[in-house]
Amino acid sequence: MNFETTIGLEVHIELKTKSKMYSPAPVTYGAEPNTATNVIDWGYPGVLPSANRGAYSLGIMVALALHADITRFTHFDRKNYFYADNPKAYQITQSETPLATNGYVEIEVDGHTKKIGIEELHVEEDAGKNTHAGDGYSYVDLNRQGTPLIEIVSKPDIKSPEEAYQYLETLRQIVQFTGASDVKMEEGSMRADSNLSVRPIGQKEYGTKTEIKNVNSFNYVRSALAFEQKRQIGLLMAGKTIRPETRRWDEPTKSTILMRVKEGADDYRYFPEPDLPPVVVSQEWVDEVAAKLPEAPTARRQRYVHELGLPEYDAGVLTNTKEMSDYFDQVVALGADPKQASNYLMGDVSAYLNDQQVELQDIALTPEHLAAMIKLISDGTISSKIAKKVIAEIIKNDTDPEAWVKAKGMVQESDPAVLTPIITDILDANEQSIEDFKNGKDRAIGYLIGQIMKQTRGKANPKVVNQILMQEIKQR
Amino acid sequence: MITKESVAHVAELAKLQFTDEELQHFTGQLDEILNMVDQLSEVDTEGVPVTTQNVVLENVLRADEATMVTPRDELMRNVPTEKDGLIQVPAIIDKEED
Repeated sequence: MNFETTIGLEVHIELKTKSKMYSPAPVTYGAEPNTATNVIDWGYPGVLPSANRGAYSLGIMVALALHADITRFTHFDRKNYFYADNPKAYQITQSETPLATNGYVEIEVDGHTKKIGIEELHVEEDAGKNTHAGDGYSYVDLNRQGTPLIEIVSKPDIKSPEEAYQYLETLRQIVQFTGASDVKMEEGSMRADSNLSVRPIGQKEYGTKTEIKNVNSFNYVRSALAFEQKRQIGLLMAGKTIRPETRRWDEPTKSTILMRVKEGADDYRYFPEPDLPPVVVSQEWVDEVAAKLPEAPTARRQRYVHELGLPEYDAGVLTNTKEMSDYFDQVVALGADPKQASNYLMGDVSAYLNDQQVELQDIALTPEHLAAMIKLISDGTISSKIAKKVIAEIIKNDTDPEAWVKAKGMVQESDPAVLTPIITDILDANEQSIEDFKNGKDRAIGYLIGQIMKQTRGKANPKVVNQILMQEIKQR
Repeated sequence: MITKESVAHVAELAKLQFTDEELQHFTGQLDEILNMVDQLSEVDTEGVPVTTQNVVLENVLRADEATMVTPRDELMRNVPTEKDGLIQVPAIIDKEED
């Protein structure tokens, strides 16, 4: 029997705001426990939440980047549950009127493009963080309580673990380029819950799905889904049934492990949030956000390939993060050759970032000085060999490359008026080499160039030397 | 008509424990309350849009500025037990962690 797999992904993304979704408490990382929160987050009696306009705007921005339809009349809903990570005993979310619906993400699988639909995007709040100490107690830090989140729910278009991986990677990149979130799995600013079901090909209804939670990398999501797909098919082939359950990925055993069996649907008793008035999203508001929406990574890749003539590979690497892409754009805008700019960013600069374990925005080198160095190569002031030394210096210290190569005496000698007498002197002293060259011994030219380089201490511009040399030999 | 089972379900959701007699007692009471509220269904609401609010306000939004932190010692005044600035609670493992 052949089976078909259906995967759904629910992605939570923390929005990059200064304050919480429903209170003016700060959003921080690594602050002392329970020092970046307030009575509203804790749901103390008599407090009144207020919705963060900035967070809503970021939600609109992501929705636009996902080509989704913005809902005009929205309100918030209460989702009730008891758990120590949220002393309010409810989460303010959107159930009836998600901020946006019906978007899509285009992914690349096996060299072709596939559209993955987005069912909805809604705004909600994060909960606090529980630490289980193993002493019979849990310890709660409510700094994260109320941090603005968006939840993005995919349509049942994802058919394989690899497609799920590509979807997550593409989604991460799209959101990263909007600047709405850091989207870092390792820091928890992007989290993915997945569900998977299989059904015999031709069967109309979906099979029973299982959920996979607490997976903290895209690779693990792919592995967990691949394992789950195999496990479910195995059960069905053995004539068994699949239970609706929640499982987690266990990296040491490379398998999914049962967390709990779901008995009946969750009962969160959603109802419209009475403490927050509805939010009407006007066309002006959408336009205001759209005007600030940065160019999407796919559009940038196309521009790099078609307008700047970069190889697809370069375009892909440069658009991995918005920071890299913005940096590249700046260097090119300052007049640097695009391919040279790409080479230095993908080569020396990326190697330096890797080596130092830092981000592009943390290093000294400014786009101005990288562009200036590339221009020194283009106009023949320095050789690409010398450029190796220059880039090492300017990455670290953001030195002005022009002043530095002058001070270090690294400027190439390209002036024929200076080079010609040196060359003629060397030719006069090496008549045998000229003879050898004329008799077809190409190696003789190498010897002559070597002599010229020696005389100029390596500073002669090889291109100019070659031209003058050939001219002079012809005349003898 | 509300049943004892639905009262038990609501109690479970609210993490409340009742004896059989109490459940029976509440079933009767809740039934009466619901019957009273049900009188609202006599009102003709044909053509009236669904409302989620009792105040005629919209777009009451706040600028994204961090302006309010409650000092930890004040927040903790309502916390039965704390340790190193964290709230100490019985270990709960029936819900998956985010």
